[in-house]
Amino acid sequence: MCPTLLASLPQPAASPLAAVLAAMPYALDLLAVLLLALGLKGLSKVRSARSANGLAALAMALAVVGLLIEQQLSPTAWLWIAGGTAIGGCAGLLLARRVPMTAMPETVALFNGCGGMASLLVAVAVALFQSAPDAALSGAVLVERISIVISVFVGAITFSGSIVAMGKLQGWIDTPGWTQSQVRHAVNIALAVAALVGGLALPADPAGAALWLLVVASSVLGIGVTLPIGGADMPVVISLLNSYSGVAAAAAGFVVGSQLLIVAGAMVGAAGLILTQVMCTAMNRSLVSVLFGGALGASAGGHVGGGGDEAGYTRITSCSAEECAMALETAERVVFVPGYGLAVAQAQHTLRELSKLLEANGTEVSYAIHPVAGRMPGHMNVLLAEADVPYEQLLEMDAINPEFPRTDVVIVLGANDVVNPDAKSDPSSPLFGMPVLEVDQARQVFVVKRSLGAGYAGIKNALFELPQTAMVFGDAKAVLAGLLSELRELGVGKKPASVG
Amino acid sequence: MSSLSQALWVLLLGSLLGLELIGKVPPTLHTPLMSGANAISGITVLASLTLIAQAHGQPALLLLGGASLAFALFNVVGGFVVTDRMLAMFARKSDRR
Repeated sequence: MCPTLLASLPQPAASPLAAVLAAMPYALDLLAVLLLALGLKGLSKVRSARSANGLAALAMALAVVGLLIEQQLSPTAWLWIAGGTAIGGCAGLLLARRVPMTAMPETVALFNGCGGMASLLVAVAVALFQSAPDAALSGAVLVERISIVISVFVGAITFSGSIVAMGKLQGWIDTPGWTQSQVRHAVNIALAVAALVGGLALPADPAGAALWLLVVASSVLGIGVTLPIGGADMPVVISLLNSYSGVAAAAAGFVVGSQLLIVAGAMVGAAGLILTQVMCTAMNRSLVSVLFGGALGASAGGHVGGGGDEAGYTRITSCSAEECAMALETAERVVFVPGYGLAVAQAQHTLRELSKLLEANGTEVSYAIHPVAGRMPGHMNVLLAEADVPYEQLLEMDAINPEFPRTDVVIVLGANDVVNPDAKSDPSSPLFGMPVLEVDQARQVFVVKRSLGAGYAGIKNALFELPQTAMVFGDAKAVLAGLLSELRELGVGKKPASVG
Repeated sequence: MSSLSQALWVLLLGSLLGLELIGKVPPTLHTPLMSGANAISGITVLASLTLIAQAHGQPALLLLGGASLAFALFNVVGGFVVTDRMLAMFARKSDRR
């Protein structure tokens, strides 16, 4: 069904106007591809990102307009298009405007799953109603049917996998114990084989039982693969599923014969793969271990402490918010290291309030952002931007690391593995080689944490036992609120002359 | 078969383009980029529209096409709006400077 662009170009028409009109959809398609590419490119720079997003949206609109001009639509078709647009568009708009910034990863997962579902539905519809079962399997027909198989398989995995990912991030779904045993590999392999059988049988009889076997096996496979993965690894999975939805779109492009769809789908598929790779590198994990290693550590999240781990620590100093506040009062330079725990506690606004108070006291405040801080790379920047933290105060790892030796106080908020000095000094550590924030270079370190539970890498953090480190146990938001009131009691920020 | 080979070339070049375009991104923008790329993957909306356009009044096809259109547009509209919301916060910061 793939039309050749050149061959299908309009034949010389009666009037120049008719020729221009007939060529319009092709021009719009080319323009749309160009704008999509420019949009993706622009999204990679802070200054141009917002307009680039608009550009990509414009490209999408142009592509739709081009298609609507090209196809001769009946009134019934218009009616269905209007209905689908009203329902999907309004639901998307409502959700997108209302969802809080902290819930961004699960929102992206939900949107992504629906994109996969759309590709799945198109492929199923074509298989059921537009494929003659007895047609000879010529090249073109075979290509169309293989595309259907890919579109159904990838679309179904994207949908069910994304929904499971969303459920886990929302805390609706736990990690069942049996999924951590080796049984899951057997189950998933069986499902994959079932999907393969369905996929092989489908080209001969697209509307038959093979289609339903493929749909069901792929959907359950998506659940089976995603369910064992721990909450902290979910961002990697979402990024990968995002890549899959691009692949599903490209396959749908083969099914309906749209080159624009193939280009855009391929671009997104490649983009998702790169992003996934970046995340894995920053976490010092391989994609294989994320996908097949199961949840690391005691429990899925990493923010829930496992009691058994506490025995591993011997030289822990803990202190109260009051002592911490006193250190902050006299500090000239303070660095906050926000992590997953801060995102979970939604404490970014309290943090911003605290740093305003310190700035009023003449303290130099900055934030050290590890590439994978938060629940997704870049998520912490979004959360802090929402809390009105000036962009210049957010420092990337390479910029902040040389600054730690001249820093008086570092406050680590719910981060763990990204500040573990073992990653630099202990070759036997599983984290060895991962780039970390060198907070151990600072004069004094306070670690705000709920308990001594291990991070999601499931290992001890040597930072906690250093002489300059003190633990402040508690929920990040509660501790920050405590610090805030202690500092106010000390009169910080009210009388600028009272420093030190 | 020229249309097939052409489509495969399009697939190949599109993939290479994607790899090149996304290669260097500051970590700050990873979440918005993921969300933006996700919105673009809703381009499958074109497949839904083609399906409806070529349904020739078959109710089952119209129904499946309409449902798929709704899912795809949910992805597209929601994705772009949510990305814009995130990026607006960065834009505000650099304007103030």
